[in-house]
This record gives sequence, structure tokens and C-alpha cells, in this order.
Amino acid sequence: MNSIKKFAGIIWILAGPLAIYYLIKTAVSEIAKKPVIDTKIQWGVFIIIFIPIAIGIMIFGYYALKGEYDQLPGNSKEI
Amino acid sequence: MNSISTQGIRKVIFASSVGTLIEWYDFYIFGSLATVIASQFFPKTNPTAALLSTLATFAAGFIVRPFGALVFGRLGDLIGRKYTFLLTLIIMGGSTFAIGLVPGYSKIGFAAPVLVLLLRLLQGLALGGEYGGAATYVAEHSPENRRGYFTSWIQTTATLGLFLSLGVILITRHSLDADREASIAKFNDWGWRIPFIVSILLVGISVYIRLKMKESPLFSKIKSEGKISKNPLKESFVHKANLKMVLLALFGATMGQGVVWYTGQFYAQSFIENTCKIDFEQSRTILIWAILFATPFFVVFGGWSDKIGRKWIMLAGMLFAVITYRPLFGKLVAISDTKNKTEIEEKMVIKTTRKLIGKTNDTLRTVVVKSFYKEGLSVSETKTDTVYAEAGKTTLKPDVKLSKILDTGGYWQMVAIVFIMILYVTMVYGPIAAFLVELFPTRIRYTSMSLPYHIGNGIFGGLTPFIATLLTTIYTNDKLVGLFYPLIVASICFVIGILYINNRIDPDVND
Repeated sequence: MNSIKKFAGIIWILAGPLAIYYLIKTAVSEIAKKPVIDTKIQWGVFIIIFIPIAIGIMIFGYYALKGEYDQLPGNSKEI
Repeated sequence: MNSISTQGIRKVIFASSVGTLIEWYDFYIFGSLATVIASQFFPKTNPTAALLSTLATFAAGFIVRPFGALVFGRLGDLIGRKYTFLLTLIIMGGSTFAIGLVPGYSKIGFAAPVLVLLLRLLQGLALGGEYGGAATYVAEHSPENRRGYFTSWIQTTATLGLFLSLGVILITRHSLDADREASIAKFNDWGWRIPFIVSILLVGISVYIRLKMKESPLFSKIKSEGKISKNPLKESFVHKANLKMVLLALFGATMGQGVVWYTGQFYAQSFIENTCKIDFEQSRTILIWAILFATPFFVVFGGWSDKIGRKWIMLAGMLFAVITYRPLFGKLVAISDTKNKTEIEEKMVIKTTRKLIGKTNDTLRTVVVKSFYKEGLSVSETKTDTVYAEAGKTTLKPDVKLSKILDTGGYWQMVAIVFIMILYVTMVYGPIAAFLVELFPTRIRYTSMSLPYHIGNGIFGGLTPFIATLLTTIYTNDKLVGLFYPLIVASICFVIGILYINNRIDPDVND
């Protein structure tokens, strides 16, 4: 099970940049299609909030790859 | 240490739940009345006001909530749970009441949308701080074998807040005049303020009840021992050991919970109204009935999670959602579709009215075609266009509105479908407060659990109706294309949950 967790970590690391690329690509094409202020704000907000989340999933993947989730803490002293 | 008498825990649940329910009510009435509020404060003719409207929608719901989680979470871990969630309640109640009093754009001009935007931001901030406090407060009073059951009462409040907001709005809309149309007109003019103003009474009662409560015993204990965190934000999000649990909570539980929650309750209602074209009131009463029938299951699944663990119930809810959303939404389309129904042509009614436009000789023509079907469904098509006095000049694109009234069978079938979707909500949401509480230590619990909850629920969940609707405008051939967003998010969350989350119930949250 632990090796699956570590292997899946690579997928989460890759998911981050993939999500950022898809988000920016879609934002650029949608703003070009309808260049009004509403569209710009809407996609600006999506980019501002989803990029940190995409970085978060990369960090999550890195921890998974490093085996940080092989054994979850049994009590708060381990945190 | 953390268990108190049954009567005591009931008081704790009541005091916490009433306040949280009112906060959700306050937050939802703004969303439910968005169209009326837009016409009062954010006229489309003024581009700056329209811009503020977009900001009010996006910023308050999605950006400010996680900030509220950080601000009030930190405060809750430094000064205590009781005073922090008392403060969030006062900020929320005060802002809601004030929105009800702000004069319209026609009276004070540009100041109106600015004031409403600021008050809406305060609402988002307060909501970000409320939930973590209430869930932590109840969990820290609960015996270890009933933590899921007791915290599930807090979980009912988000759905009941929506129920209350829909109910108050529908009742007010029909109580302002004996004539239905006149009552709706009065509601759109000034009556919409009533649900906002009423909130101050509810908040007043709730503040009174909460003031009588004592601080959480676990927080009091660590405070007396001098073990309070000096910097909850740093301990929560900089220390690797805790950050990895915050990330696990977000990607393995709350993001999936958020999309299931918002798809089942908000997107379903919006889909019924805008895609299936069901009448304004029917689309809302369908949701009201479904919420009423499904709400007890929050407590059922919360209680059950004390016996079998939190993980499998939450993940089962996500899995069922992923497998059945497309067929369920497809069935909603089929019920409202007239292609497979037989029209009673002799019952068709066509009514045309004309109204002079201003001082011109042009007229506004409204043609209402009402069709009836053997199965009991009726459809109203309202076409509005301008008939120009000048020869040869015609309206390029008449405004066409479609509204369907379902027959009894179709209506209850839709209630049943939405009920099933809310049942999934109860599975993913019922046990999640206990799950989050058990993941983090007392000294940084409020901060650590609030952020993943509000990113999952507020951002991933809150954006569901927007992203789903956006997808339908990009890929116009498939009515169900909007579901891809919740399906993908819930699937990823399900896989992460299966792989990494523990089903162990933490017997001790005193640490």
C-alpha cells in the first residue's frame, strides 16, 4: 500500500502544473472571446485562488512521495 | 474531562447550532436575492456598479471566507472558542441587518453599491470564522464515543440555513398584498429588506444564548496549563507535521465534500430552474421538500460514523455522487422535456398585450403562449419584442422566456431525485466535523480545521454553480457538461481519501 501511496505522489506532483497550464490556457482564450471586465475579473479570481491550491497539491504529492503519509500520527504529540 | 451531562451537551449543541444556522441564513439570503439586490444596488447601466456586483459575488464567497478562517481561527486558538464565535455572529448579524437598511442606488448613488460590497465582505469574513469555532466547541464538549453524533447537529445548520432563507423569502414574497402580482412587485421594491432586517432579532437571541455558555473545557485546560500556541498560523501551516495533515484534510476530504454539497443543493436548483426551465417557485419548493426529508440523515450518518469510522461514509457519499450524477441530472431533463409528451392543442391559450413606449409611437408587444400536455405539464412561453411605428424596422432578437409548471407526478419525481443528491450531501458532510476535529491538536485546532474546510467548501464547492454553468456556455451541445467539474474533483478526492486517510476514530482529542 505504501508503494502505491508513493507512486500516486508523482501523479499529484504532475497534476499541479497541468492544472495551472489548463487554467491559464482557458482563461486566455475565454478573455479573448469576450474581453469585458466581468470575464476578466472572473478568470482573474479563478487564477488567483487556484494557483496556490495547485501548488498545494504539488506539496501534497511531494510529501506522499517522501513517505510522509505511510504512517499517520497516532496522537497530537506526533504533530 | 471533555464529557459533560446529556442535558449539558444538549445546551452546548443548541447554543452553537442556532448561531451557526443564523449565520448560514444570513449568508444565503444575499445569494438567494441576488437578482433583486442587483436591481436595487448594482444597475447594469452603470459599469462601475456592475463591476462591484461581480466583486461582491466572487470576493465575498470565495476569497474572503478562507481569510476569515485564518483571522478568526487564530483568534479562537489564542483567546478561546466562545468569544471568537460570538464575535463572528455579531459581525454577521450586524452586516446582514445593515444591508437591509442601505438606501438604494437611486437614493444615494454610488455609495450604495460600495456599502453593500463592504458589508458582504464582512459577511464572508464572519462565515469563515464561525464554522470551525462551533464544530470545535461542540466536539470538545462531546464524549469520545458520540463525537460524530453530537457534531452532526452542527452539520445540519448549513442546509437548514438554506431551508430557512428559502422559506422566509417565499413567505415574505406572498405576504405583502392580497393580490399575488402586487405582492411580488412590493417584495421586489422594498419587501426584500424584511429577511435581512428580521435577522437582527434571531442574532440577538443567539448572542444572548451564547453569552450564557462557558468556554470549551479543553481550551480552558490548556490555557490554565499555559500550553496555548503562541503562533497558531505558523504552527498550522509552516510546521511540516501539521501542514501535511491540513493538505490531507483538503485534498482527501473537504474538496470532495464541497462539490457534492454545492452540486446537490445549489447547482441542482439552478439546473432545474435554468436548464429544465421549471417555474421560479416550483424549483424552490422542490429543494425545500428535499432538504426537509434529507436533513435528519446528517445526524444518522454522524452517529453511524461513531461506530464504523468517518472515512468510509464520507467516501461512499462521494462515490455514489460520481456514479449517479449524470443519470440523476439526465432524469431531471427527461421529466421536464416536452418532446416525449402529448400536447392538448385545443387547450392552447394565446394572449397578446401591447404597451406604448414612452412618448414614441412604438409599442412593446408581449405574447404569452400557454400550452397544456396530457401528462399534466404546462408550458408558458413569453415573447417580448418592440413593434416599431417606422415601416420595415423590426426587433432583431425578441426576448423569449420559458416557464414550465410540472404535474404532481413529475414534481415529486424531482423532489425524490434532489432528495437522493442531498442524501449524498449528508453522507459526506455529516461526519466531517468530527473527522476534522480529530485530525488536529487542541492548541491549533480552530485554525487548522477552518482553512481546509473553507477552501474545500467555499472555493471548490462555492465555485461549482459558476464553473458548471461556464462549462455549459463553452460546450453548448451537452446539457450535462457542467457536471464534469464536480465529477473530476470528487473523483480525485475519492482516490486520495481511499489511499491516504485513516479510518481510525481518535479516542482522545484532549491532546
